[in-house]
Amino acid sequence: MNWSGLFSQLLEIVVALLLAPLLTGWVNQCRAWLQNKSAPSLLLPYRMLRKLFHKESVVAEHASQLFRVAPYIVFGCMVMASAIIPTLSTDLPLSPAADAIALVGLFAFARVFISLAAMDIGTAFGSLGARREMLIGFLAEPALLMVLFSASLITQSTSLTSIVGTLAHREFAIYPSLAFAGIAFTMVSLAENARVPVDNPATHLELTMIHEALILEYSGRHLALMEWAASLKMFAYSCIGLTLFFPWGLAEVGSPGEMVVALPVLVLKLTIGGALLALIETASAKMRIFRVPEFLATAFMLAVIGMLVHFLLGA
Amino acid sequence: MHAYLIQSVNLFAAVLLLLSFAMLSQRRILTLIHLFTLQGATLVAATVVVAYLTDQHHLYYSAAITLVTKVIVIPTLLHRLIDKLNVKWDVETLINIPTTMLIGILLVVFAFNLALPIAKLSSSIVHSTLGIALACVLLSFMMMITRAKAVPQVIGFLSMENGLFFAATAATYGMPMVVEFGIAFDVLVGMFILGVFMFQIREQFDSLDISHLEKLKED
Repeated sequence: MNWSGLFSQLLEIVVALLLAPLLTGWVNQCRAWLQNKSAPSLLLPYRMLRKLFHKESVVAEHASQLFRVAPYIVFGCMVMASAIIPTLSTDLPLSPAADAIALVGLFAFARVFISLAAMDIGTAFGSLGARREMLIGFLAEPALLMVLFSASLITQSTSLTSIVGTLAHREFAIYPSLAFAGIAFTMVSLAENARVPVDNPATHLELTMIHEALILEYSGRHLALMEWAASLKMFAYSCIGLTLFFPWGLAEVGSPGEMVVALPVLVLKLTIGGALLALIETASAKMRIFRVPEFLATAFMLAVIGMLVHFLLGA
Repeated sequence: MHAYLIQSVNLFAAVLLLLSFAMLSQRRILTLIHLFTLQGATLVAATVVVAYLTDQHHLYYSAAITLVTKVIVIPTLLHRLIDKLNVKWDVETLINIPTTMLIGILLVVFAFNLALPIAKLSSSIVHSTLGIALACVLLSFMMMITRAKAVPQVIGFLSMENGLFFAATAATYGMPMVVEFGIAFDVLVGMFILGVFMFQIREQFDSLDISHLEKLKED
């Protein structure tokens, strides 16, 4: 392991931790603008985290150890996930630890723990949220895997850094299979991050909420970690999308100086991506929970078609 | 430049397939017509690029015919038709949509496999898209089968024609001009006849559900 690799790895984790709440704040601000509301401050998520970390954490009497441990596990998974996604540089010493398939596994691991913790207290909402979360998760995972496989087929590797490295450095070409994968990925990330067509992140109406129902029993620092983990998850998903489909502007192995350029490029890409996310959310209506399987079936189908098209056209 | 143009034909082919699937999963008639118009426009774009690549002038004419019939005239007629018939509500499907999609994937696999050996015989530069064209035809077929109402069935029929047209362009740079004129004319006339037919169905049964047609049998 060399020093520049270690540096880029550390920088990437720090950037992910710092930028994730900002991305959430930016999306909320864009949403408010598009809906003709006065927008909350961009820094609101940070203040929220600060407030929650200073508050006392109240835990229910019947809570087991699992309930206390879950926020740390979920947060750890999301930090690990953002560490292996090449956001700034493809020179990541941690990347051999987990490839694209293990990344999906990491997200699944976090989901299992967040659902178990929600059921641990034994309230109705927790179990309801957990059940819905698992329904969405088990439908979204195969679609996400198929999207990553489409990219792996083009680059002949499942390691995220080499996928992105190959995509960024080969001659520019139009890949119809990646167009399919891109649409499928957008649908999956909307579902996985509890955004509007599937779940409304702003709602506290009991019957419709999914993600909010899961973390309803948490307070104080536990809630702060959960919220931060949710932000990190959205950041991770945005970065997977941006690096797979727009893989330009990343620093390469052996040239850590390029990260000076990579950081502004990343911020620019995230700014545009966040605005687009807010636009999608404003333009679409939340669908009934029983329509979600249909939505995710479409995503899965698009991803599979992308792979088939790759085999047919060889591109 | 040349390579990008070939890639863009592949991309247009992929978009055609995507639109076929979107039509298969669409519940609303109005959106169905919009998607059909979009499919026609994609077909025109693909034909123009193939024409430019191969320097085949008659392909420009056939692109123009497609533009006039499939993008302008037929969608306008369909819009008028649903206005007059007053059918804008959700379309009923005989099989639920996720199942339709899964069958659709199987059809695509089948079409791709079927087209591979045929495409090898063709000397066209975009011969690999033949599988996609075949898949579009089969998907439109499927749409005609799974829809209970008359209007989506007609749209399925028209979309199948789009697929056939693209197959001809991909495999042999288009059919002879006379044949293309004939088909364009046929589709237009067919559209008119089917329109009249739909009015008749509704007059008779107060509904566009074609399962009522079974009652024509004498008991």
